[in-house]
Amino acid sequence: MAVDRSALKLTGVRKQFGSTHIINGVDLDIREGERHALIGPNGAGKSTLFNLISGRFPLTSGQIQLKGQDITNQEPQSINRLGLSRSFQITNIFPKLSVFENLRCAVLWNLGYRYSFFKRISALKDARESADRTLSLIGLEDRREKMAGELTYAEQRALEIGITIASGADVILLDEPTAGMSHSETDAAVELIEKVTQGKTLMMVEHDMGVVFNLADRISVLVYGEVIATGAPSEIRNNPRVQEAYLGTQLEDEVSS
Amino acid sequence: MNAVINRSRFVLWSSVAVVFVLLPIVFSGGFELSMLSQMGIAIIFALSYNMLLGQTGLLSFGHAVYFGLGAFMTAHAINYVHDGGFAFPITLMPLIGGLTGLGFSLVLGFVTTRRPGTPFAMISLGIAEMVAASALMFTTFFGGEGGIVTDRTSGGAVWGVSYGPQIQVYYLIAGWCFVSMALMFAITRTPLGRMANAVRDNPERVQFVGYNPTRVRWLMMSLAGFFAGIAGALATINYEIITAEALGLMASGNVVLMAFIGGIGQFWGPIIGAVMVTFLQSALSNYTQAWLLYFGLLFLIIILYSPGGIANLVTMHSPVVKAGLVKRLIPSYTRAVVSSLILGVGVIAVIELLYRGTEAIGVSPLVSWLTALALVLTGAVMLSRSSKKVSQLWGELSPELAKWS
Repeated sequence: MAVDRSALKLTGVRKQFGSTHIINGVDLDIREGERHALIGPNGAGKSTLFNLISGRFPLTSGQIQLKGQDITNQEPQSINRLGLSRSFQITNIFPKLSVFENLRCAVLWNLGYRYSFFKRISALKDARESADRTLSLIGLEDRREKMAGELTYAEQRALEIGITIASGADVILLDEPTAGMSHSETDAAVELIEKVTQGKTLMMVEHDMGVVFNLADRISVLVYGEVIATGAPSEIRNNPRVQEAYLGTQLEDEVSS
Repeated sequence: MNAVINRSRFVLWSSVAVVFVLLPIVFSGGFELSMLSQMGIAIIFALSYNMLLGQTGLLSFGHAVYFGLGAFMTAHAINYVHDGGFAFPITLMPLIGGLTGLGFSLVLGFVTTRRPGTPFAMISLGIAEMVAASALMFTTFFGGEGGIVTDRTSGGAVWGVSYGPQIQVYYLIAGWCFVSMALMFAITRTPLGRMANAVRDNPERVQFVGYNPTRVRWLMMSLAGFFAGIAGALATINYEIITAEALGLMASGNVVLMAFIGGIGQFWGPIIGAVMVTFLQSALSNYTQAWLLYFGLLFLIIILYSPGGIANLVTMHSPVVKAGLVKRLIPSYTRAVVSSLILGVGVIAVIELLYRGTEAIGVSPLVSWLTALALVLTGAVMLSRSSKKVSQLWGELSPELAKWS
């Protein structure tokens, strides 16, 4: 499944806030079409790394390439226009717009409507259809006209993913998509993620190891701002450094039992 | 479904046009006519302001800058035409004002819209102060304290329209008001208008769907400046004089009040605000010199008890009407209204007694003061009881209303 071209390539990426080093020289190569999970203990810098890739924070040094194109320190919107879309750990939607409008806002740029104030938005059939397609994909058809801020938590998380994938970006970054969800909600979310990232490159931060080992083709482990291992789930599971640094107790329990 | 919406929208806009045409026939007096003209100007101005506040989430304290600059440029244009500079009909003069507003808001907005929230509000205030100060410095353009005087009839009559009589000016304003309203409404239904709402809700996420929120804010501000300039030009034509007051902080504050009182959450909210504020300003000032105080009280009450303005009160009740529950609200509403009236009369009595002194009334001070205070007390007690009843009733109705909202 995984093609040998890189979708996202990080070279020597560093980030420091003041004198605090958060990311200490990360090299990563995410291949086109793979599902890549980024795991690591709290405070390892996973979200920061996402923020660097998506342009939310500037890098201290290093380089990031998206599909072979240099995107280092570009504005988030420029990176998004090149086909990278991300979700947020803390739900980040347009609370006073309807669910449908949330999704329509997410497709407008990609369909080329830019800042138009001459076109009637209701006449833009492609935008409506595209938004409705995503709406049914995330299973919120019956919430179409509801204000996004009034949705339940799980529904908002689904909308969060919907906004992220609506524009058809082919590199998707999901930041803890199942955070705070119950078991059944998590299962539904995993199914949704599998469905909506078909044929795309996915990179996700996730704490739920069930989700990670279930979904990911490859896993990278980030500890104190450094990637200590990258590999297939089985390799990661058996990697002594990973066991020591992060999964230690959890895996030992599994092995001894 | 779309066809139904389009049809009802067409009916709505047609009735607005009919009302605009008929108003001066119903209210034909000179005072009414000039008030209606002022209302038309205020509607454009308040709606243009709400493109910033309600739609893009930009709290500006300097929107009168674009109104005023448009007004001054129009005054000079009219005078230039009068002096034989070039031929340009008065009817289209608002375009000059609009383009002036657009030009200035493009330039100034480029700087101010970089940051939303408090920084934007402060910068807008700074720019308003700056422009107001320069208005008194550059007297050639702004005319100093006397302002710039024009003669709207100087172009002569075209097809019998000389803009001498106020009624002709009213129809000029009404026409521009209608077109501006329609255009501003249309803008809310475009990709830019929709993204402005998104920027208002969550500027950060906008970046991650490919848009530059600064660019969205800048464009919305420029368009708002355009319509503010149109309103300013109409003010010049209406009053035939324009002074630095028009672009001052008072004028900027006034439009904030209009938008808030009417309600910034609905497109039509500021229309109500503009009509009400204009009416109160002209009507109240005829009766009492303390009208500014009452005006401030009204603003306070609305912000405290209905932060969404009058528009929100209306939309809040639409599910009640749909659910057919109006009857259940009437008794407690009547009680609340009666007690507010008693309280209101009491408060007015106290203010007027303080303001004019008891001699002006001709009743003994003791009696008048006791009556006023008794009214305030009774009203306050009654209102606190009846408003508790009202909120209790809303709590009871809310499950039934949920289906209809």
